[in-house]
Amino acid sequence: MTRILSVVVALVLAAASGCSERKAPPAGKVSVVIGSVAPLTGGIAHLGKDNENGARLAIEEANAAGVKIGGKDVQFDLISLDDQADPKVGTTVAQKLVDTKVAGVVGHLNSGVTIPASAIYNGANPPIPMITGSATNPKLTEQGFRNVFRVVGRDDQQGPAIANYLAATVKPRVAAVIDDATAYGEGLANEVEKTLAAAGVKVLPREKGTDKTTDWKAVLTKVKGESPDAVFYGGMDATGGPLLRQGRELGIKAVFSFGDGSCTDNMKQLAGEAADGLLCSQAGIPPQAASTKFLDAYKKRFNVDPILYAPFTYDAANLLIAAMKKADSADPAKYLPELQKIDYTGATGRIVFDAKGDRSDAEMTIFTMRAGVLAPIAIIKSGKTIKYEDFIAQSAK
Amino acid sequence: MPEALGALKRHPAAPWVGLGVVAAALLALPFALAAAGTTWVRITNLAILFTLLSLGLNIVVGFAGLLDLGYIAFYAVGAYVYALLASPHFGIHWPFWAILPIGAAVAALFGILIGAPTLKLRGDYLAIVTLGFGEIVRIFLNNLSRPFNITNGPQGIARIDPVRIDGIDFSKTDIFLGLDFSGPIKYYYLLLLLVVAVIFVCLRLQNSRIGRAWQAIREDEIAARAMGIDTTRLKLLAFAMGATFGGVAGGMFSAIQGFVSPESFVLVESIMVVSMVVLGGMGNVWGVIVGALLLSYVPEFLRFTVEPLERQLFGRTLIEPEVIRMLIFGFALVLVMGLRPGGLWPSAVRKRELSARDIE
Amino acid sequence: MDTFIQQLINGVTLGAVYAMVALGYTMVYGIIQLINFAHGEVVMIGAMVAYSVIGVLAPTGLPPLAVIFLATGCAIAACMLVGYTMERLAYRPLRGAPRLAPLITAIGVSIILQHLAMMIWSRNPLAFPQIVKVESYDIGGATITSVQLAIIAIAVVMMGGLAALVYRTRLGTAMRATAHDPQVAGLMGIDVNHIIALTFLIGAALAAVAGVMVAEYYGIAHYTMGSQLGLKAFCAAVLGGIGNIPGAMLGGVLLGVVEALGAGYIGDLTGNVFGSNYQDVFAFIVLIGVLVLRPSGLLGERVGDRA
Repeated sequence: MTRILSVVVALVLAAASGCSERKAPPAGKVSVVIGSVAPLTGGIAHLGKDNENGARLAIEEANAAGVKIGGKDVQFDLISLDDQADPKVGTTVAQKLVDTKVAGVVGHLNSGVTIPASAIYNGANPPIPMITGSATNPKLTEQGFRNVFRVVGRDDQQGPAIANYLAATVKPRVAAVIDDATAYGEGLANEVEKTLAAAGVKVLPREKGTDKTTDWKAVLTKVKGESPDAVFYGGMDATGGPLLRQGRELGIKAVFSFGDGSCTDNMKQLAGEAADGLLCSQAGIPPQAASTKFLDAYKKRFNVDPILYAPFTYDAANLLIAAMKKADSADPAKYLPELQKIDYTGATGRIVFDAKGDRSDAEMTIFTMRAGVLAPIAIIKSGKTIKYEDFIAQSAK
Repeated sequence: MPEALGALKRHPAAPWVGLGVVAAALLALPFALAAAGTTWVRITNLAILFTLLSLGLNIVVGFAGLLDLGYIAFYAVGAYVYALLASPHFGIHWPFWAILPIGAAVAALFGILIGAPTLKLRGDYLAIVTLGFGEIVRIFLNNLSRPFNITNGPQGIARIDPVRIDGIDFSKTDIFLGLDFSGPIKYYYLLLLLVVAVIFVCLRLQNSRIGRAWQAIREDEIAARAMGIDTTRLKLLAFAMGATFGGVAGGMFSAIQGFVSPESFVLVESIMVVSMVVLGGMGNVWGVIVGALLLSYVPEFLRFTVEPLERQLFGRTLIEPEVIRMLIFGFALVLVMGLRPGGLWPSAVRKRELSARDIE
Repeated sequence: MDTFIQQLINGVTLGAVYAMVALGYTMVYGIIQLINFAHGEVVMIGAMVAYSVIGVLAPTGLPPLAVIFLATGCAIAACMLVGYTMERLAYRPLRGAPRLAPLITAIGVSIILQHLAMMIWSRNPLAFPQIVKVESYDIGGATITSVQLAIIAIAVVMMGGLAALVYRTRLGTAMRATAHDPQVAGLMGIDVNHIIALTFLIGAALAAVAGVMVAEYYGIAHYTMGSQLGLKAFCAAVLGGIGNIPGAMLGGVLLGVVEALGAGYIGDLTGNVFGSNYQDVFAFIVLIGVLVLRPSGLLGERVGDRA
């Protein structure tokens, strides 16, 4: 009896899910749906929410400004889904977006989830354009999918950027590299190690934690024993903050450097006074440099400052909208070619995609923490390091 | 009317007609689901995979009474064996019918390796040790990228070959008899076949000498040994059989998803499978299936309906859908266990136990 | 050598943290044979409540230690409430049920608590206010901080207090009687329900203190912090012999030291084939090794085979 019941329930579910989720657009307007996917629960849920907010802001601004596509007024709707930073869930929600026939996707956050999900968007007919504002693993754009883009730099650009900056300014003889054993953290750490080794720095054997580690003392004590001049950590701020704090507590004098996952203002709270003097990199130019307009709008709408990738997801959503406007159609088959050729300037600067879907000539920014505030100090572009003040002066011209 | 129904039920052909109706419904199901979206076929495939896992765990926990909290390790082993033998990682591309048995065999081996040290342990100690093994397997999978790159670490193995039988590629859509057979639909039928086979094996095991010996061990191990049952061999057999089903499910998971990474095999998943088995009715093959289907579908159902429901009731999103989903899920677990501690469909033995206690 | 001493200090402190949480597990298990999976979440709630209270009280200029005491007091109250509710609503109905049913309930409760916490305190990792000045002392080249000393001291006091309660008081005798045989204890005039509820309350109070200390030590609190910590502490409790109070302490410290020394030295011992990434494996191997040799844990009694 119960088994038949469960079969019946399954069929009812199937029927029920046919209920449309979208609000009926105001009369006369056509609805265009954009999907946003990020981990909204779990250890980095705060970053996922930040991503969603960026996309949402873009959509709401577009609606307020009033967009016409194909001669009709358009109402943009955002479907926001939680991928829990789990590839299994990520592929399920990706399929859901494909079934819902969304016009485009902004997401995901973790490289480990974005890579399998991108295959689902690519398998749709026609392929649905997906732009990620945070997945930095190079493999994403090496798959040969023409519908996959990223507005953030790659780890094989970001890693060498910060590693070379370290080698040039800190000039360490010995460096320690630690990662959190995730696809992102390990990938970035590998790039940094490669570059440091090529620059003649002695790199200690890799130490690892997990993406949930709070107690780093054992690893740090071992590292301290080798007296490194620099320490690099590939991982997110929730684990990077405690790492830095505990490192200073143990008396490690080295310069601590981080990738974009730990390049947030949160580091100040999590590491306390230890945060001052840290170095970190972000893929792209800093929001301070590009768009106060975005920062103000974000603050006004959400009552908090953006944490990390919101400017990128904001640009990603706007890129989709811009391409649709150019092609005068929200049909992925029609606006995808426009997206591939697009030349757009947004909150993170000028965006042009290369043949693989990566951001051409992505700039990397190096930050340091001064008096509790993250301040940009250098921009790395095409392998050249430009001091931040000079960069601003150049772009002002 | 009731007498007519009663007469119908007693008709010799009744069970066969009933079976026929169920079979027809199951065969037509994917197309009904596909009408609502391919997602539902995918979700169903995942539900069947979890059913396979639950049936396997049921042998260890339900039949033999061994609490295994690290069962997902066998799933992981099966998945990775498949991935290593059918992907660009090593450049090996063996056909699916060759790899699946290898995956199952390797998983069975792991089952014995994990079971062997635990033979003297009872209840919760056994639970912790199996949990430990589950974590050990996952950590190894996450770190075997140096010095030799065996598993590719946290990056996982991508571009795993889909199943290919007789030139039919299971990842592409084919049109046959006027119907759209999408990739997930083809996998559905393959999985249906597998699960039917596994159910058959479980039912036969349950009523065999081995099954009864397991029951004896579960109820009172010392008495069982006194009766001449070789508890060592039988416990290892339980682990091995359970592991085999896990390994098979894992291999299919690899092929369907096309990508494996250690993140899919965390402790939470082991606990999920245990929940499915206990919630459904530990020891009862049908109960376990109900548990697996329910716990697979309900969160997805909630994912689809919570937000529109909130909008309808309150006009806006009061509490975020992801949070509500998990809250409802947690409450459901507590409620079901509170009302029916033997599970939704307890085995006959369990029912007797529970009612006997009331008499005392 | 100073590295070794430092690793020992790290390990003992970490172990003391595990021990504090393990005591709660072991208490509840000792009385009703339940693995309270939700215990880690109670620890988390203790930390979160303390976070909120400190946030409110710190700017008022009260002396820092007073603020911490008040915050801990509030945390204890909140956790006791949570613990009592759990026992009354989720576990009591399952007293006679098959052993695995309360396990699933505990999992459900743990999910509920985590997501309620997420709703109340947001998803962000919260920086625990550091209002007490942390002093560092030098021991043979290694550093030990006042917080570390406090944690070790509190863990020892907790264990001592609990042991005194269980072995020296009438309440403790009642608890031991209930643990041994609830039916006969009931016949002897002990209000079994009352005793069990009290056990949960005490366990919750211990969890609250543990939560505050952990958040203070690492400086961070997050709604997911309970699960990882709970799991490790549970392993510690089993290692020492679940149901055994000194066992929980021993198991905790042992686990902490093994993890710290493992992370510090596996790399050197194996020529960097296995590094700190295997520290959890190392800990689990030790756990499994101990249990294989002593199937009831280090200090566990050889319990007769119960079905």
